[in-house]
Amino acid sequence: MPEQKQDFIDQKLQDLNNDGVDRRGFLKCMAWAGTGLVWTMSGGIPVSRAFAKGYGKDAAKGADFSFVQISDSHIGFSKPANPDVTATLQTAINKINAMPHTPDFIIHTGDLSQLSKPSEFDTLDQVLKGASAKQIFFVPGEHDMLTDNGEQYLQRYGKGTKGTGWSSFDHKGVHFVGLVNVANLKAGGMGSLGHEQLEWLEDDLKGRSASTPIVLFAHIPLWTIYPDWGWGTDDSEQALSYVKRFGSVTVLNGHIHQIMQKVEGKVSFHTAMSTAFPQPAPGSAPSAGPMKVPADQLQRVLGITDVNYLVSGRSLAVVDSPLGASGSSASGNASAPVALVDTIRG
Amino acid sequence: MTRNNVWVAGVAVPVLIGMLLLFAASPSVKANDQPSAANATVKIDNFVFGPQTITVPVGATVTWTNVDDIPHTSVSTDGVFKSKVLDTDEQFSYTFTKAGTYPYYCTIHPKMTGKVVVQ
Repeated sequence: MPEQKQDFIDQKLQDLNNDGVDRRGFLKCMAWAGTGLVWTMSGGIPVSRAFAKGYGKDAAKGADFSFVQISDSHIGFSKPANPDVTATLQTAINKINAMPHTPDFIIHTGDLSQLSKPSEFDTLDQVLKGASAKQIFFVPGEHDMLTDNGEQYLQRYGKGTKGTGWSSFDHKGVHFVGLVNVANLKAGGMGSLGHEQLEWLEDDLKGRSASTPIVLFAHIPLWTIYPDWGWGTDDSEQALSYVKRFGSVTVLNGHIHQIMQKVEGKVSFHTAMSTAFPQPAPGSAPSAGPMKVPADQLQRVLGITDVNYLVSGRSLAVVDSPLGASGSSASGNASAPVALVDTIRG
Repeated sequence: MTRNNVWVAGVAVPVLIGMLLLFAASPSVKANDQPSAANATVKIDNFVFGPQTITVPVGATVTWTNVDDIPHTSVSTDGVFKSKVLDTDEQFSYTFTKAGTYPYYCTIHPKMTGKVVVQ
């Protein structure tokens, strides 16, 4: 186990504790939808932080650069779980803009839209246009490829990408790879990268120094979280075998609308919150459908989720359980919701 | 969930018995039973096709209705039929003219699978 790295992350998370939350006594993971994660690259090790009241005081200290991950905007969704997803995306963008240090770029990990409609993409563009970070990298979610095999998504967000929208880029010594695991899905299966993309990935990583920090991002988790709900990628093992030799690998995903983290060797896996609506913890509801809460509680409990799931066959565990109405545990600070992430070792 | 199911069963069983008694008392319902059995419905609810396997006679029309807050599709694994994206409360119908077994799935959530058996 990466003892040193774990301590490093813990230490970094301790810095968040000016929010008044008793981290040790608190639930291991808690999330708030309508926000995003800030990633700070420090010595090649990405450290995640949630938007929080005291954020920014020391965020940039010693950091090489930062970027923001947002996910699952579902523009066009208007069901009771969140009748105004445009507003909550706007809130997320406002929070990014309020950060004292402009992130170098934003990564959107898919499900930009609800139904792949041009009007939905238009609305998304309109909101994202207001972000302080001008560069945004996208990977599609399954909702972005509902019609025309994702042709429209590719035209708008996938310029210069390969295949169904995968690509890579380098930024300040870090190699970023955006993967697509929502295209050509097979009956009974989960997410899928496919042979062509895997070959491309192997080739893309070949020849890079093992000391290059790698960030992989894709919509559906690249680790198996809950197969019954399709929360995993059938051929992710193959992809991960290509990054084994690298010293620092970070995998960023969305799709499940809640934070989960896992560290396996030198690979850290993270899923992001949605900006639209929360989804239930694995197995805690009859299905993965949007979680509905009474309208007057929406802002307080939206996306506040903690996960309780034992990764099968591993001593690694990510613990989640719903926070429900106890929104006050976020320092009673509904307007600047806090999210803590923690990694648990077995 | 368990508690809910028990509750539903507790209410549903007497209701079912009541309905059966009603039907038994009205022979015309039985007479109409045959033609209506030719068409069938599949409800897409909670990311599940229900019933998962449906058996219909040749010539039957099967109608899928999505009642989820999330869009789904109903697409034949063998390319026989393909719905458009079904948003909430939208429907798709297909008439089966040949006997056989037709597996299908939701292309958005491929863990969702079902089967139409045409006899």
